[in-house]
Amino acid sequence: MTGPDRRAILKALVATLAGLSADGLDSPVADAADASESWTTQTLEAFADTLIPGARRFPGDVVVAGAVTGPGAVQAGAVGLLASPELPVAPLLPAIAALLDARAVAYAALRLIWLPPTRPPFVGLSFSDRTALVGGLFDPDDLDRPIWQVMSLLVGLAFDTAGQQDTVEALGQGHPGLAWLRFPEPDPDGLWRFPDFSYGRPLADLHPNTTASGSPA
Amino acid sequence: MTVQTTDVLVIGSGFGGAIPAYYLAAGGARVTVLERGPRAAAADFTHSMRLGTYNKIVDVIQGDGVSVVAGNCVGGGSVVYFAASLRAPSFVFERHGSLGRRLWPAALTRAALDPWYDRVEEALPVTRTDWPDVSYAGGVLAAACRRAGHTCNPVPVAVDTSACTNCNWMLSGCRFDAKRSLLLNYLPAAEAHGADIRPLHEVQTVTPSPLSGHRYAVGYTVLDPDDYSCTSEAGVIHARVVVLAAGAVGTPVILQRSALLLGGIPAAVGRYFSGNGDRVSVADIVEDKARSLLGLSRPDGSAYQGLPVGRPITAATYDHLDPTAPEYSRFTLQQIYFPPLTNLLAQAAGSPAWFGVEKRNMRARWRSWLTLLAMTEDDNEGTFGVVPLTGGFTRLAPGLGQGTMTYRPTSRTRRAWDRADTALRDILEKDGLSRVRPWSEDVADTVTAHPLGSARIGDDPATSALTDGHELRGHSGLFVTDGAAVPTSLTVNPSLTIAALAERAVATIVTRAADTGVALRRDVPLPGR
Repeated sequence: MTGPDRRAILKALVATLAGLSADGLDSPVADAADASESWTTQTLEAFADTLIPGARRFPGDVVVAGAVTGPGAVQAGAVGLLASPELPVAPLLPAIAALLDARAVAYAALRLIWLPPTRPPFVGLSFSDRTALVGGLFDPDDLDRPIWQVMSLLVGLAFDTAGQQDTVEALGQGHPGLAWLRFPEPDPDGLWRFPDFSYGRPLADLHPNTTASGSPA
Repeated sequence: MTVQTTDVLVIGSGFGGAIPAYYLAAGGARVTVLERGPRAAAADFTHSMRLGTYNKIVDVIQGDGVSVVAGNCVGGGSVVYFAASLRAPSFVFERHGSLGRRLWPAALTRAALDPWYDRVEEALPVTRTDWPDVSYAGGVLAAACRRAGHTCNPVPVAVDTSACTNCNWMLSGCRFDAKRSLLLNYLPAAEAHGADIRPLHEVQTVTPSPLSGHRYAVGYTVLDPDDYSCTSEAGVIHARVVVLAAGAVGTPVILQRSALLLGGIPAAVGRYFSGNGDRVSVADIVEDKARSLLGLSRPDGSAYQGLPVGRPITAATYDHLDPTAPEYSRFTLQQIYFPPLTNLLAQAAGSPAWFGVEKRNMRARWRSWLTLLAMTEDDNEGTFGVVPLTGGFTRLAPGLGQGTMTYRPTSRTRRAWDRADTALRDILEKDGLSRVRPWSEDVADTVTAHPLGSARIGDDPATSALTDGHELRGHSGLFVTDGAAVPTSLTVNPSLTIAALAERAVATIVTRAADTGVALRRDVPLPGR
């Protein structure tokens, strides 16, 4: 992918997300969305799995790299969140996945890594190569850095907050991310209260120059 | 269409807006408050991290080099903040920054501001807390401070602690009306005196008014409650006096957009932006060490595991606020809790630090994290760039925007952060109690919930947009009373200082309103009295 194409996607991302341009994406990209939906999903899943790794979902799963056992961002529903109606990024996901795949092609070419033609290029990389590539996306000088910043925040929200669901409901269903954090359970009415919250005793001396209201002098 | 007029038009309903709105309304002026965000109350505040809930009332605005967390609702920051209510230390008012001379107006010292701090503490009110109010997380900081030879204080808060359930959902608004936000004091008192508060009204411009007796015409758009990037209508209100309090990210942008029609604005508008020197770190506490080194244990048998329990801010050490120490070396270290939406920013010991296998493993210890905020002396090095089409920033998604501010930390700011980092490690890494690392700057750059200084008060026209009476230089009757007016970082949470400055500014605003023929009472009591 050439430089101008990248800039066009970033512009479309910002313009469309801002609601300034309801049809910010032109039809070729929309057509591509139909043809490559599963590649888009695979690429985004592999990206999410690089940020917060999880176990393979089935024997022979190549999208989730299986760097660990237990849940990761994919199991926590990261791609579902990206495509959720609350967020206007869904129409842009094919373009964003294509951008990541273009980076993967460039990464592989520079290092003489063979990419299997049957998979999206990013999925064709090993976990350690995916990790190295993703780390480089956040270089302060990288033109596309804002895209990956937003995408990473959204992947994090899926795992750490179950952002696509009400929190009480997510906990009730055993959301993998909240379970991994051991997020506390609410009271039966769905609200949190912590009657036990303090060691309840003096644990340090107060600063000698504390004012009557508890502020520094 | 009828021409809309008012005596005093207040832009924004946070600390900077609500306080003048109350005094002017109670004094007898017709007051209109335009607030960009929606109006919500206790029953609307949900205990949920579902997108579409909290992000309706709080925004993350990503600039170039800095991300700002800001309130977006009636009551502004006071609805979503953590209510730590501290006076700025005396030395802050004497700061020289990198200019080599005093930055605050000569009339302003800590002693001069103390009577105004007193008023705000009484009006909210602020509670002085004690050790039984300090959460497990605050307790770990306190015990670690003592072990490292430091003092540590319970932090005063604008919270009715008898009503507080210690639920730790303060960022979502207080479900139990325990947090003493402006929804419970200044704003209802202003409305009782006839103030008209209009939510979802986003001000775009302030221009000269052609109407006789009215100085300014304020142009606004009305936002769709379900999609803030959609506008349903537009309007203009003519006012005798304008109080601009749209927040340190919103205020300079409104002035920049209005600059041409106002016939120019001071060069200091949109410069000298500070993130209050905020620096967040996560200490990954070793549970066994919390027990063996600090002697801590909970009724359930654990030593700590208390990150999500209690109010977000309960303890801080004032030991690094030595007035005789040089600038850029003084800071408060404070225990704080953020909901797990910020988990992405925490760094593990391995590489890569903020993502990957090691980071995921660190998440499994989430309940043993201790999050810490250092508020340091930064260099006011932020600037605001090209004005967006509408609003204070370009909205990317609900709760997420792209701002126009640029913040490149200078070597002095970096040095201040390094010193705070070192102090934290000395306290919390002693004998292997924890591993402390600052938040990653890869994903959101520097993050602050305390934007300040983008249109500041001062005595020097070259480096301050406002007079010491908070009036925009060259624009009689146009005041700025929010965090934008605060000249420097404060080394403590800014809300009490913003509020005290707004209290102090009221007298000048009243005088100017009287100049335009609005007869006002001056002996207005505190709200609710």
